[in-house]
Amino acid sequence: MSSHLWHAAVVATAMATPAICETAPKDVIYAEGAIETSLTGVAGNPEEGVRIMTTNALGNCVACHQIGALPDVEFPGNIAPALDGAGDRWTEAQLRGIVSNAKMTFEGTFMPAFYKVDGFTRPGDGFTGKAATEPLPPVLNAQQIEDVVAFLVTLKE
Amino acid sequence: AAPLYAASQPETVAPISINDAEIELATEAEAPAHLDGALPKIWSGWLFRDATTQSMQMDDFENPAMVFVDQGLDLWDQPDGAEGKSCADCHGSIDDSMKGVRAAMPKMSEDGTDLWSLENFVNNCRTTRMGAEAWGWSSAPMESMTLAISMASRGMPVDVAIDGPAQSWWDKGKEIYYSRYGQLQLSCANCHEDHYGDWIRADHLSQGQISGFPVYRLNGAGVVSIHERFFGCVRDTRAEPFAQGSPEFRALELYVSSRGMGLPVEGASVRH
Ligand code: HEC
Ligand code: HEC
Ligand code: HEC
Repeated sequence: MSSHLWHAAVVATAMATPAICETAPKDVIYAEGAIETSLTGVAGNPEEGVRIMTTNALGNCVACHQIGALPDVEFPGNIAPALDGAGDRWTEAQLRGIVSNAKMTFEGTFMPAFYKVDGFTRPGDGFTGKAATEPLPPVLNAQQIEDVVAFLVTLKE
Repeated sequence: AAPLYAASQPETVAPISINDAEIELATEAEAPAHLDGALPKIWSGWLFRDATTQSMQMDDFENPAMVFVDQGLDLWDQPDGAEGKSCADCHGSIDDSMKGVRAAMPKMSEDGTDLWSLENFVNNCRTTRMGAEAWGWSSAPMESMTLAISMASRGMPVDVAIDGPAQSWWDKGKEIYYSRYGQLQLSCANCHEDHYGDWIRADHLSQGQISGFPVYRLNGAGVVSIHERFFGCVRDTRAEPFAQGSPEFRALELYVSSRGMGLPVEGASVRH
């Protein structure tokens, strides 16, 4: 095997296996809706957070939320409160909890849980319309949650 | 349920004025009593579409659904199956024999043991009376035929029976309407009761009424049946939808129809 290919194999394995300190969705501890510690121990990347929040197939947060700091987003939805000032209203731990499973903060909320893998009614395989068996992959993975939180904390009025 | 972020009312409730006011279809009606105050008024999905889409439904010559209505009318007269009969052979004129039929669907089957959608009635005639093959639920001939039949009820208020033997179907449909399906955990009510009038990205949410169905959709450039629309909405919650034609979707159809009682059947409607 050439060293080039070997490198690629190592990288692929590293991506597939979660880091040792990553908290799996089922092991997350919510304290009044908040998650105190980082899900990965790796600092989130706010720019990547923006990409996740504005990409349909990922967070698609802008389907429901407007964000003044992102004026280039076309047609943001208005189902949910604007996220301006979210970093003033909530601590990092609370924001991590809201993004992972907003139902732990807002009972019965419309907002989907992005880091939850089971307990669904008729779960499907993404948007294919086919059945899927739980546990499903979470909508966002642990590092993606951290990236989104890293952007949310910057939203100060 | 009182919406958290207020559902907004349409800006105007002008009727759909077709062919220079030759036909006027009301877009607003009183909410039926069985909704127990869940909606203040009921509104046609037409009100929530942009002006270009709306105008396509205001002139029968420009309405892209009319091509399919014509195909349905052709099928009505066309003999098919082992008996060599056409719909017209038994029913005569579609305008007279099918008047009011769409407005009352779904309803109990001929023997009273099942809840049938319009598609079931059509296929029952095809298989038991014509010796013809059943059409697929959302197949091209079925959509054209149900569209042509709907035109015979154009302007008549939706009026479905929800008591007697239909009551248990209605209860089941209501339960489905309020169930939060899929990985996104969303119910029909989350979008169409709590947030009609709001925008979900570039989409203006309506009350999800089916008085306009089957509709011509610009997005996809074709006719969409009621169950096809249900399927798409449930799929978009990252769920496994029920099958088109399933007892669950027929029950849901009865319940959603009942939420629109009083709105006129639109016949050939256009949506984005
Ligand atoms: C389908 C709609 C929907 C989507 C998609 C959605 N949210 Fe929300 N979100 C809501 C609603 C509704 C609330 C209000 C909570 C409540 O009272 O129910 C909310 C509340 C919040 C709050 C607290 C609001 C505040 O500032 O006080 C934050 C932060 C938040 N969402 C972040 C996100 C992020 C980040 C994403 C994407 C990863 C996202 N949301 C996706 C509907 C949504
Ligand atoms: C051999 C006779 C015959 C043929 C052919 C036939 N039908 Fe029927 N159809 C009936 C009878 C009888 C009924 C039940 C009584 C009634 O409602 O008229 C019925 C009922 C219906 C109903 C339900 C009406 C209601 O008010 O409940 C629909 C819809 C219908 N037919 C559509 C069609 C279509 C579409 C075709 C052709 C594809 C067709 N029929 C062909 C005899 C026929
Ligand atoms: C995540 C949001 C969402 C959910 C959940 C949802 N829908 Fe929809 N639905 C939409 C959007 C967006 C449209 C297109 C705009 C409109 O007409 O409201 C739509 C359109 C419709 C329409 C077409 C209305 C017309 O006039 O053409 C019907 C009918 C409908 N939905 C029924 C349902 C039913 C029944 C359910 C539950 C089984 C459901 N929807 C769940 C978002 C949703």
